[in-house]
Amino acid sequence: MNSHVAARPPAVPAGPIERPIDWDALIEADRVHGSLYTDPAIYALELERIWRRTWVYVGHESEVPKPFDYVMKSVGPEPVLMIRGRDGKVGLLHNRCPHRGNHVCVSERGTARSFTCPYHGWTFNADGSMRGMPFPSGYEGVDREGLGLGRVARVEAYRGFVFASMAAEGPSLDEHLGAAKGIIDEVCRNSPTGEVELTCGFLKHKVKANWKFVVENETDGYHPGFVHSSIFQVSGSRITELYGDKSLSLARYLGNGHTEIDLRPEFRKRAEPLSWFGTTPARLPDYVARMNEAYGEDKAREIMIDGVPHVMIYPNLFIAEIQLFSIQPLAVDQTVQHVTALQFKGAPDINRRLRQQTMGSVGPAGFLLADDAVMYEGTQIGVGLSNPEWLYIGRGRHRERQDEQGYLVGCATDETTTRGIWRHYRSLMEAA
Amino acid sequence: MPVGTQDFALLQDVGQFIYREARLQDEHRYADWEALWADDGIYWVPANGDGGNPEMEMSILYDNRSRIGLRVRQLMTGRRYSQTPKSRLRRLISNIEILETAGDTVTAGCNAFIYESNIKGETLWAARNDYVLRREADGFRMVLKKVVLVNNAEPLYNLAFLV
Repeated sequence: MNSHVAARPPAVPAGPIERPIDWDALIEADRVHGSLYTDPAIYALELERIWRRTWVYVGHESEVPKPFDYVMKSVGPEPVLMIRGRDGKVGLLHNRCPHRGNHVCVSERGTARSFTCPYHGWTFNADGSMRGMPFPSGYEGVDREGLGLGRVARVEAYRGFVFASMAAEGPSLDEHLGAAKGIIDEVCRNSPTGEVELTCGFLKHKVKANWKFVVENETDGYHPGFVHSSIFQVSGSRITELYGDKSLSLARYLGNGHTEIDLRPEFRKRAEPLSWFGTTPARLPDYVARMNEAYGEDKAREIMIDGVPHVMIYPNLFIAEIQLFSIQPLAVDQTVQHVTALQFKGAPDINRRLRQQTMGSVGPAGFLLADDAVMYEGTQIGVGLSNPEWLYIGRGRHRERQDEQGYLVGCATDETTTRGIWRHYRSLMEAA
Repeated sequence: MPVGTQDFALLQDVGQFIYREARLQDEHRYADWEALWADDGIYWVPANGDGGNPEMEMSILYDNRSRIGLRVRQLMTGRRYSQTPKSRLRRLISNIEILETAGDTVTAGCNAFIYESNIKGETLWAARNDYVLRREADGFRMVLKKVVLVNNAEPLYNLAFLV
């Protein structure tokens, strides 16, 4: 013991918070308590009540195009194998041998009709069922049915986007997505074939920050003009117009934790097709021709003015115009963003630019994301300090209103999205 | 094949170039570093292995000459927050080899071990670097610098300094 420090009770509980947690003492309408980002007991409860219970985005069907193709994915911190079965359906298996717990797959992607545990040679079919174990006489009379790989309880796709829930019961994917389905539709209609594909691999960007800081930042329209001013200044970008005080863009809470920054009012004001992508139809003639062919000129023009949404589908799928992110918590203060370029099936010329712009802006060296990362890391350090204990999220509360569809909206820079996220978080965490 | 005196001189020239490039990077001398690039230079840091087709797959960094310039200009604004304050860096370069010579270009390879210290803490980076250098009137220019991080398939912290 350090003898010259007077013994006194610590300012915050040293051990895990005892259940039940008093959420009133942690989440208020316009502020949240810093311990929500640092307390390992809260994080453990989030794994149980959010990541292992609700619907979580896992991957895209285009990542496993053929039967028996697989790719390593995760549900929260837990690794899973996303596999297309013999029947063409995409399923998820836990990468854990039911015998002694070792992994049955160590390669990130491939094609396999079976998986073999390297420890004792137990072998499993692509649907997870037991195929065989060496020296089978030792298992006489044992029911092999129960000795397959664990299957994730519920797996469903919407327009190729695969979601999973580790809980057998609960709201359907349809109910969970709610308004986000319409937003996914909007993403897909930017493809001349109506299909998005993820075909160019992922960047994996790690930060020393709680996952919720990342989620909140994705639809925080207040920060871009400041955090990203360096690149906007030197690239001649018009992005700051979208996130300024005079912007017509809206921060919208879509329910169920889903949020978006709706930039369409600004793009519609410009009325320039492909302005959302910082380019012009003349530079992407092939894409424009395919869009016109697919939708007719008027509709295609409308789509190309509106562009791809900027939406955060709770808790881990973020689509930001040209990129798709999957947010993975690893620990209370460790998060990975897996990010790739959206690719529109049947549109090679725009896809090439989508890849190039994605590589420029995101990942560990990205013009944008490296700077976001130091912001989350700074906030993570900040919430570990004792005064003040709370974070203020009240920006724009006085001017929040309902839009025509009944969703709560604020100005692009308002914290309408953050407040919505926290209300939903609380409802998930309070559900016993 | 035994290394002749001429090859040894080339190895020394190339080595000096690579050491200088390393020092300019460590000391954040952005403009001097940018001047080492050829007009058609490509700065490539693959992700997920030794590098597939960077035109089709995500790379951590895949800059053409104009984007190299943009990267440098962003750093020079002083508001590239992932380098504010700048990482303290020192890198060791070793195992330099000339791999190929053709006309005025030389392909060389080396290992790099980088120590980074910043607000977040300490990060160690290990890489295999491949260079394609072109001899111009006043010395070598980089036509290609490819940095294959040993751990590039794993999730990585920020890599916002010049690697």
